[in-house]
Amino acid sequence: MAGPAGLVCPAGPAAQAEIVVTFFIRRTIGAALMLLVVSIATFLIFFGLPRLAGATPETFAARYLGRTADEHTQQLFAEKLGFYDPLWLQYWNWIKAIFVGTDYDYGTGIEHCAAPCFGYSFRTNHAVWDDLLDRLPVTVSLTVGASILWLVTGVAVGVLSALRKGSFFDRAAMTGALAGVSLPPYFTGLMFLYFFSYQFDLTAPGGTYVDFTDNPGEWAYSLILPWITLAMLNAAAYARFTRAGMLDTMGEDFIRTARAKGLHERVVVTKHGLRAALTPIITIFGLDVGLLLGGAILTESTFGLKGLGYLAIDAINKQDFPQIMGVTMFAAFFVVVANLIVDMLYAVVDPRVRLS
Amino acid sequence: MNNVISPRQDPTARPFLELRDLKIHFPTDDGLVKSVDGLSFSLERGKTLGIVGESGSGKSVSSLGILGIYHRRNANVSGEIWLDGQELVGASPETVRGLRGKRMAMIFQDPLSAMHPYYTIGDQIIEAYRVHHKVSKKVARKHAIDLLARVGIPQPDKRVDDYPHQFSGGMRQRAMIAMALSCDPELLIADEPTTALDVTVQAQILDLMRDLQQEFNSALIIITHDLGVTAELADDVLVMYGGKCIEYGAATEIFDNPEHPYTWGLLGSMPRLDQPVTERLLPIKGTPPSLINVPSGCSFHPRCAFDGRTGGASDTVVPELELTGTSGHRVRCHMPAHVRQQIWHNEIKPTLEGTGGHSVASMSELPSASDEQSEEVA
Repeated sequence: MAGPAGLVCPAGPAAQAEIVVTFFIRRTIGAALMLLVVSIATFLIFFGLPRLAGATPETFAARYLGRTADEHTQQLFAEKLGFYDPLWLQYWNWIKAIFVGTDYDYGTGIEHCAAPCFGYSFRTNHAVWDDLLDRLPVTVSLTVGASILWLVTGVAVGVLSALRKGSFFDRAAMTGALAGVSLPPYFTGLMFLYFFSYQFDLTAPGGTYVDFTDNPGEWAYSLILPWITLAMLNAAAYARFTRAGMLDTMGEDFIRTARAKGLHERVVVTKHGLRAALTPIITIFGLDVGLLLGGAILTESTFGLKGLGYLAIDAINKQDFPQIMGVTMFAAFFVVVANLIVDMLYAVVDPRVRLS
Repeated sequence: MNNVISPRQDPTARPFLELRDLKIHFPTDDGLVKSVDGLSFSLERGKTLGIVGESGSGKSVSSLGILGIYHRRNANVSGEIWLDGQELVGASPETVRGLRGKRMAMIFQDPLSAMHPYYTIGDQIIEAYRVHHKVSKKVARKHAIDLLARVGIPQPDKRVDDYPHQFSGGMRQRAMIAMALSCDPELLIADEPTTALDVTVQAQILDLMRDLQQEFNSALIIITHDLGVTAELADDVLVMYGGKCIEYGAATEIFDNPEHPYTWGLLGSMPRLDQPVTERLLPIKGTPPSLINVPSGCSFHPRCAFDGRTGGASDTVVPELELTGTSGHRVRCHMPAHVRQQIWHNEIKPTLEGTGGHSVASMSELPSASDEQSEEVA
């Protein structure tokens, strides 16, 4: 440890910037590889595994055609949709369609499916990508509002609980948190709807969604109950994380040092305590937001919000494979990107993270 | 016990720092923890007091108590702490906070955990300076660089932007000292300042602290369980056991004529460079007392080899910290002074000296870290 200073001296700013850039590039490549693995797994689940269970190119084609089609039509479609191709080629075509688009030949003329092409829904014949984009604003609205709500309340309650450990507030808050974690959104959501919407007419009824660009006020009004419902679930967990983190941090030696400097207690708690306690919280927060962007299934279903989670449930119920695969890849993308951002953020926030 | 005790007291003036019967008790579910139980001492500017004792003897709690770092809700603090004519126990927390870091500062053990991992060394020193001085960040930064240079950090203008984990252990301790010195404190408390460091670095840090103390003429309290460090730096020594002072006096007195059996034990359990390596160390039997159920009578009696020579008093009566000799040396022991001196000279000292001829326990021959003086690693 006590070597000559030159050996422990860090690299200069220019070299450091280079390290940061390499780090970011490496993590981005890692994220791309992760998405590749997810895509292979997804493809195998929907096109590889059924074969082991006895599915044939004809039965795949039948999914598009319905039960009424005869064997000849099925074979014709299986041929046109490439179900006779080897599995790797089918995968390649699927991926290629996502990046450069593809042409479908249904015999009635060639139909072009533009660049991020996840195919067409079995049921509605809509392009899956258009459906995804259509549902995205709902899910983003829900996630952003709820996440801000739960982060702020969860952290605030957690900090106050930690500072007043053992007080009435602490015990009440932690009991409340336990309830918040335990109650499922389809219970709290329905209770909220019943009381605030149907009994007192304070909020929008279920199934309402107004786009932000149409009317921001109405947008918030239509989403306030889903936000609270979803936030409650996570706020409770975050309050507990924060409380535990703060209790740990406030017992650290560097907090004692901060006090010994004569800093105001407020500065000790926020600048020294909270800063250290928040770092792991931010990590979890990033991942949670990424996860929710793939669709908050329970909350969306409870409030009849037609977001990605709703789409996923719908697609699963109807065995709409292209849609399921599309939602899966979409959700995986958000999780991987959130992971990437969290990694990079962590390197910025915690100087001890070694980048090389 | 209520008398002001100081071996070097000037009777006309109040000492710079004075503790009178300081008690810090923590009520817990298991009972009252008496971490510090009636501690009194005084210290002048430019002088060094070594507080010695095992873990859990109340050393660190007393120093944090002087700085006022305790929860008013959890701790019962009584007694008086006078710093340059100002009483601190009864003062408002805000008043004490204003003094903390400014007039009295602390150097902590293990600077890796004692410094915030997310802020640069410079930021942490700047923060310590700016909380007590209304200056711009630029001025404070200049001050921080000067301080780092003063404590012997090479290239301080570059290292000021490093994070604590980028420093070596010795460098971190220097930075910690720089931080404590940022407001020119008149009272400096060093809590085990060298425990986490290897021996050669220890020597450098001790030298540095001695130099700085001379330069700033501050009062210095060194808290340690390392008698070598105490011998190196201290003018006075205070031995703590179970939250109480059990022996107090000038360092030469404590090392040459210790009178408390516990102090004898501390001296016997210290590795010595002037002894043949085959000699076994003489550890103190038993473990430090619980501060909740402090043993009745003399809290050291369960571990004391001379328990039987007090006529049973040590089991029931708490001994007083009484003067012995002429130079302000005080000892908390039931045995009469002449018996203690006899035991020291006839039974203890010869064992510590082994076959050695002359006064081995004299200060000059205690293992001194600076004997292994090595050039500054820079």
